[in-house]
Amino acid sequence: MEKRVLIAGFGGQGVLLMGQLLSKAGMRENLEVCWMPSYGPEMRGGEANCGVVIADEPIGSPLVTEPDVAILMNRPSLDKFEPIIAPGGTLLYNSSLIDAEPARTDIMVYDVPCNDIAVKLGNARVANMVMLGAFNALAGLVSMESLLDALRETLGKGKERLIPINQQALAAGAESVA
Amino acid sequence: MAKLLMKGNEAIAESAIRSGCRFFFGYPITPQNQIPEYMSKRMPQIGGTFLQAESEVSAINMVYGASGSGARVMTSSSGPGISLKQEGISYLAGAQLPCVIVNIMRGGPGLGSIQPSQGDYFQSTRGGGHGDYRVPVLAPSSVSEAVSLTQRAFDLADQYRTPVILLGDGMIGQMMEPVDLPDQPDQPAAPSAPSKPWAATGWDGSRPRSIINSLYIDPSALERHNTMLQDKFAEIAKNEVAYSSEHTDDADLIIIAYGTVARIARSAIRAARASGIKVGMIRPITLWPFPSEPIARAARTAKAFLTVEMSAGQMVDDARLAVGGLKPVYFYGRTGGMVPAVRDVLARIKEAV
Repeated sequence: MEKRVLIAGFGGQGVLLMGQLLSKAGMRENLEVCWMPSYGPEMRGGEANCGVVIADEPIGSPLVTEPDVAILMNRPSLDKFEPIIAPGGTLLYNSSLIDAEPARTDIMVYDVPCNDIAVKLGNARVANMVMLGAFNALAGLVSMESLLDALRETLGKGKERLIPINQQALAAGAESVA
Repeated sequence: MAKLLMKGNEAIAESAIRSGCRFFFGYPITPQNQIPEYMSKRMPQIGGTFLQAESEVSAINMVYGASGSGARVMTSSSGPGISLKQEGISYLAGAQLPCVIVNIMRGGPGLGSIQPSQGDYFQSTRGGGHGDYRVPVLAPSSVSEAVSLTQRAFDLADQYRTPVILLGDGMIGQMMEPVDLPDQPDQPAAPSAPSKPWAATGWDGSRPRSIINSLYIDPSALERHNTMLQDKFAEIAKNEVAYSSEHTDDADLIIIAYGTVARIARSAIRAARASGIKVGMIRPITLWPFPSEPIARAARTAKAFLTVEMSAGQMVDDARLAVGGLKPVYFYGRTGGMVPAVRDVLARIKEAV
């Protein structure tokens, strides 16, 4: 098993964090993981993306050039990355912010209104966790418990109060694609 | 200890600290900035010294000073900054001072780009500065190997009284992978540094004066010094070659690749093997000394070699010297911060067999 996941959006949407949580969760399940960000003169509102490779054997290339799954959080990401998804792959897109329909017919496509769901939960900033919940429900790469553990580890004691809302977001995301 | 998910740059910095490094001098440049950033936070916590110098030239000379007084010391930079450090590296080699220099390579020449590259292979493996010298060059291909090679770099530096270069690229610096860090965190003194009787630690009359110097005005004295250095380099070349072989026994084609590119090559090899093509890999872990002998041995059975690099063709020279014209050595490379894709490497494999 080797899954190559690309996560892209605006800087500030938490796409790098989504990838890190997924990696940490995979690590907790003794899978091989590798997280690779785009880097450069980045800024809030600019483009951000990361690739995550999760496998049960040592990982070769750390680059995700032909993703099995693409998680696209904004319109520029859809334009840029929809064409490179592996045939037979999966696309999840944030339909709250993306008004276009993906054109590919050789892939599985799921629309997740991340921001709308997050706002309903009372915190627009957990849109990324909604998407992560949707992704993991579909991909089944790691358990919800591992994701939550990774989240607890990442937030630390100082931000422990944010666990419940993030947990709700993960669950709501999973439910949206059920 | 539980595994941690760490960025290559941060893992190198933490590993240096756990190897007893208590002095870090540097100047910012992408894509290695997390090394000084991490050091600036950690060094004060453990009684070490972090100093952002006014330039790379200044930083490498601070390394000279700290090393001359017997400390375990490190600096880090990327291509343009490493070029500025070359005068100091030559002095360090001449004065036989141990230190670790991390180069997280980016596209060049000139200011180039900030994306990954392996264009500093010649500079690293041929000494880089003026005069007759070489320094050991270690090339990690994963974050966990970056941790172990950082430790190894400090040990080699002390053992042979030489600067050692840890040569990575923007990918290894920026990516996160699980790491097992060596124990002995936060010890105040250098835990594994051997004693250094040659260090200038203040003369009390009880031993000969320690003089840190690379100037020998008398040519015959300098020649003797050079002969001694060359003997040392020969010793390093004899004892310290490190490489890994994968699927070479039955291979018709052997890929030679190092660092992150070896990872990409490994993916291509898996795909090639799945379609019945017998490909293997020799991955140099030390670039100098280069694993010439295992490559020469493999040349007896393999039909051809292919070096894959993020350069216009640098390591391929060493591969050809090792193969000695016995078999063809092909080359595939990308430059400027562009990274070879698995499918392109696979296409080259198919062309070569």
